[in-house]
Amino acid sequence: MSAATLNSVSQSLSAQEIKESKRNLKRRKLLAILFVAPLVFFILAAFVAPIGTMLYRSFYHPTVAQLVPETLTQLERWDSQSGAIPDKKTLITFTLELKQLAKARTAGKLAEEINRALPGSSSLIKFSARKLKKLDEQLLANNGDQRLLEFKKGKWGDPDLWQAIKQSGSVFTDRYYLTALDLKRDSSGSIVQRDTKIYLKLYWKSLKIALYITLLTILIGFPLSYYLATAKTKTANILMVFVLLPFWTSLLVRTTSWIALLQTNGVVNSTLQSLHIISDPLEMLYSQFSTILAMTHILLPFMILPLYSVMKGIDPSYYRAALSLGGKPIPAFIRIYMPMTLPGISAGSLLVFIISIGYYITPALVGGTDGQMISNIIAFHMQSSNNWELAAALGSLLLGLIIIIYWIYDRLVGVSNIKLG
Amino acid sequence: MIKLKQLTAAVAVSAAFATSAMAEQMTAVSFGGAYGAAQQKHMIDPFTAKTGHKILFENYSGGIAEIKAQVESGNILWDVVDIEVIDLERACSEGLLEIFPQDTLPAGDDGVAAADDFSEAALANECGVGNIVWTILFAYSNDTIKGGKPSKIADLFDTKTFPGKRALRKRPQVNMEWALLADGVAPADLYEVLSTDEGQKRAFDKLSSIKGDIVWFDSWSQAPQLLNDGGAVMVQSANGRIFSAIQADKKPFEMVWDSHVYDLDVWAIVKGSKKKALAEEFIRFATSSKPEAGMQDVAYGPTRKSSYKYVDKDVLSKLPSAHLDEGVKASGEFWADYGESLGEKFNEWLLK
Repeated sequence: MSAATLNSVSQSLSAQEIKESKRNLKRRKLLAILFVAPLVFFILAAFVAPIGTMLYRSFYHPTVAQLVPETLTQLERWDSQSGAIPDKKTLITFTLELKQLAKARTAGKLAEEINRALPGSSSLIKFSARKLKKLDEQLLANNGDQRLLEFKKGKWGDPDLWQAIKQSGSVFTDRYYLTALDLKRDSSGSIVQRDTKIYLKLYWKSLKIALYITLLTILIGFPLSYYLATAKTKTANILMVFVLLPFWTSLLVRTTSWIALLQTNGVVNSTLQSLHIISDPLEMLYSQFSTILAMTHILLPFMILPLYSVMKGIDPSYYRAALSLGGKPIPAFIRIYMPMTLPGISAGSLLVFIISIGYYITPALVGGTDGQMISNIIAFHMQSSNNWELAAALGSLLLGLIIIIYWIYDRLVGVSNIKLG
Repeated sequence: MIKLKQLTAAVAVSAAFATSAMAEQMTAVSFGGAYGAAQQKHMIDPFTAKTGHKILFENYSGGIAEIKAQVESGNILWDVVDIEVIDLERACSEGLLEIFPQDTLPAGDDGVAAADDFSEAALANECGVGNIVWTILFAYSNDTIKGGKPSKIADLFDTKTFPGKRALRKRPQVNMEWALLADGVAPADLYEVLSTDEGQKRAFDKLSSIKGDIVWFDSWSQAPQLLNDGGAVMVQSANGRIFSAIQADKKPFEMVWDSHVYDLDVWAIVKGSKKKALAEEFIRFATSSKPEAGMQDVAYGPTRKSSYKYVDKDVLSKLPSAHLDEGVKASGEFWADYGESLGEKFNEWLLK
């Protein structure tokens, strides 16, 4: 039964029949939900949950609050602006708590956390924990503060250190986001610029590199897709294999072959030298140039495939009509044909841009120093500095950035214009 | 037919149970390459041959991120890890590693008790046992070097006398030390100077003086390759990589021992390992006199005195242990303090 007949019949349906059809509809909906349920479950379990918990880390960080809860309660009484260290009672509480941590072998966690707020304090905390472990608890309850102040030439007498402990103690925090934006809070709590400025630069650089790559893929992909779409089926199929071949090759293989091509005594340099075009080898590898080159190559299929499928669907008679109505070939091409390919360009650009802005492996391998992108510094914080919270904040900002770009794009071009095939 | 299948299945299952009761299996993780091969040959295989226990031997690239992830999620995949002292300090104090009972270590082959046989640094941390002494130095190739033969760390920073690219690992560790040493800081004051803002600035200024001539790499395996294909005339490298390139591939490379930065690698057990007893047994075996001496294959020095009688006389002079007075011991404590903040500053400097 077609939709139209169903519609006309429904006007003269009895209550019983309406009920029946509603039940039918319900059943169909349930069936549809059952069909997508595995996918939804998979996305929740493998994508939303792990990423969500990771992002949650960027502002929820109870480690210090769990390690030294008593000290933090006591520190609330302390005025960090006073220029003096907290009172004796607070110091003794801290000494006892640090001793407990040393026994439980978790003093290192506290050391790492505080060290983030004040570099150099890790060794002091670990050293003090080792010493305190051996001291008598009763003794510490009486004059633990004096003992603490004796360690490492009285470094515990620095109010900044206590300020660092107090700041790290907050369970919900914006400090990772501030760091990710090259900002920090000073001792009075107002937001100021950090001495080390790096993350904003890297975001900007990633944006720029992604933009270059997108433009290059359009530049290279457009004529090729046009040729593919207009060539004979046999030729087009063979050429299509060449487009798809790199798609089937491992990403690592493609990146390392660029290394073999571009290195100082690589294929490109030795060819140019043997042809006497250059006398000294060019430095091409480990730069922004090699990153852009390799990534353009790797991401080219993402531009060509949507473009090709859109161009394939364009009726050539429009262009012929423009010509027969007196249009010159080039203006007709630009004004008639090109606007029709926009959905393909849109889709390709969005794909290439979003994939390339968070790209990791290629810049890591061929990027050297000026080919570094934001993903590489996120990896640094995940792997070597172990600051997963900052990595999470940087990642969330990147995600936010992409969403904003997508939103702007939607405003300007319209997402409904995208066509993938 | 069905009966036969069932029978074979039953036999297979009972056989599997029988062997698993006798032989256990655990996972050990190290750095791979020639070093991993030497460990496989002198530690893993002999242990399996001797005890019948199987060891899955895997590679990682250092750092404590993976160990942290396993311990935090409670999903322990690794039992024994070969870890750098720089990371050991942190991993141990954060409770990511088991405490190793160092008093159970066997005496050396010559009968000297373990506590006297091991070097002090090898047993300095309660979480592990020192496995090798290795070092980071710079090397050049006789084929490509111009302007003479570099012999001291200042030569690395002297691009007038020795023109060409220098390849350094892209991280502040060792590079900061070398910059200050080349700038005339005494080895004894090194880490004290480096912990001040002025000292750090001084190191970055020194590095800036050759910034345009530096090629950065990420993995030690790239170092001999860069030297070989002419990507750089001097490279920073783990000594074993250069040694095996000279020894096995007959490359015309030379090592410069001045101001090398040496460190230990340590066997340790991941916290919560289900095979703790077996892991301890393996570590006791791997750090006994003879297996340790096997690390001479890749020019890494044993950490116990009794191993040296097994070391080839020709190799002896190529081990870091023969050059300790020319070098500096990497400070795990300093890098635990300043690793992250200098890591950020280093990346900032790179972008300038």
